[in-house]
Amino acid sequence: MAELTASSVTSRRWRKPPLIRNPWLRWGLLIGTLAYLAVAISSVPVDGARIARGLERGGRILLGFLQPDFASRWYDIQIGVLESLTMTVVSTVAGVLLSVPVGLGAARNLAPAPIYLACRSIITISRTFQEVVIAIAFVVMFGFGPLAGVCTLAFATIGFMAKLLAEDIEEIDPAPLEALRATGAGWLKTVTYAVMPQVSARLVGLSVYRFDINLRESAIVGIVGAGGIGSTLQTTFNRYDYDVSAAILFIIIALVMTTELVSGQIRRRLQ
Amino acid sequence: MPVTVVNNTKVWQRYDKATRLKIWMGWITGTAITLLCWQLISNNTRWEFVADASQQLSAFLQRMFPPDWAYAEQLWKPLWDTITIATLGTLLAVSIALPLSFVAARNTTPHPILRYVALLIIVISRSVNSLIWALILVAITGPGVLAGILAIALRSIGFIGKLAYESIEETSYEPIEAITATGANRLQVLDYAYLPQVLPSFAGISIFRWDINIREATVLGLVGAGGIGLNLNASVDLLRWDRVGMIFVLIFVLVLISEAISARVRKAII
Repeated sequence: MAELTASSVTSRRWRKPPLIRNPWLRWGLLIGTLAYLAVAISSVPVDGARIARGLERGGRILLGFLQPDFASRWYDIQIGVLESLTMTVVSTVAGVLLSVPVGLGAARNLAPAPIYLACRSIITISRTFQEVVIAIAFVVMFGFGPLAGVCTLAFATIGFMAKLLAEDIEEIDPAPLEALRATGAGWLKTVTYAVMPQVSARLVGLSVYRFDINLRESAIVGIVGAGGIGSTLQTTFNRYDYDVSAAILFIIIALVMTTELVSGQIRRRLQ
Repeated sequence: MPVTVVNNTKVWQRYDKATRLKIWMGWITGTAITLLCWQLISNNTRWEFVADASQQLSAFLQRMFPPDWAYAEQLWKPLWDTITIATLGTLLAVSIALPLSFVAARNTTPHPILRYVALLIIVISRSVNSLIWALILVAITGPGVLAGILAIALRSIGFIGKLAYESIEETSYEPIEAITATGANRLQVLDYAYLPQVLPSFAGISIFRWDINIREATVLGLVGAGGIGLNLNASVDLLRWDRVGMIFVLIFVLVLISEAISARVRKAII
């Protein structure tokens, strides 16, 4: 290595390898992204005058957050929060109970093809539409009120839980399954003794996690009339009662944080 | 050992008596709470409206099919707006959440007090749904795409920030020690030891959130924050269910495509 002079060492300086190795792909992605961003940003209308006027209102909202008004609408807030909480409980329980059969049906190693496809399409529909969109349909069916919200959240829970449950079931250890089948056990017994023991701990953990999500969502389905605190919140915004909105938001944040802490503890203990 | 003697034969059971009692109590309390909640909901429900739900559903479906295909022409711009809201909102959130996550992670935070501030920002952002953020922002910026972008960004900061700081806390210590031993300063350690370890998961998290945001962006219009939700709201108010059907079809296709893209990209990265 005698010919390795000082200059050739510096020219062979190590450089960090690029994130994407193929230069065509790298530069193409970069240019494409920049072009898209330019088009996208230019298509966003920004009304400076409106924002300037809005900033004054923003100040009032901020003021409302500094002095939240819990007292003057306490009765409405109380009813709304209670409704959100009850909706969360009922919809989580109903959703989890219903998601077990759907999840079993959507597992490829347990279900025959027609049932598999039916359950998978339920999951896809439930996961594709945002809760509020589903709430619109349920409000048309059941009228305004918390029942529509419960059905919405339960339906969304089915999609979420059944998908994860099905993935879990597809990954179980097949040995117990085979052992149970070899003893001549029927489908139900196979599921009870070979499948459920392997997935039930995770099922409980996921249910607790979904409870959190449902609580958060129960605060917004009210915007389309499906019960809960959301309709109260929207009313306070429409009436410019920002101090009351702030109070409601603080209650929502506190509730979500509490349940998240509790569910985190439960999930940690389960693992 | 939960073994009892009945008639001189040993009987094995999975749990002892106290545990079984506890499990039963748990089930009974859970059932009681659920029934109590159900009663409250049932009291607040007008059952006469529920009685004809099946008729309502069939009428709803009949009026939705066939969807108003011609209406699609007016929907391309709102659809583009929806994608813009999700994409720009996610990018904005990423650019705020990533620096924030380095402050929030236990092993990279400059100061413990700053860490708690960052964690507080993340928690607040996560607790408030993007629709509620949109409700607030529409009051400030006026209805439109801008409010939607900001709402999506405000909600996503917490989501991306939380997952990102957790992945920073999981980085292995050896490369960091090695780079520090070469005499690198803090920024160089960040660049050469932390970033290579966490960038793939950052990219995965961002794409994942983008996919969720597409879904969220479809409804932001219900409170006036732009996108296809505006048309959805208008069509529902006018009881034009054939147009609602058309919008549902477009949302369905859009979300499926975005989910496929997100899954593909995440698989390529991880």
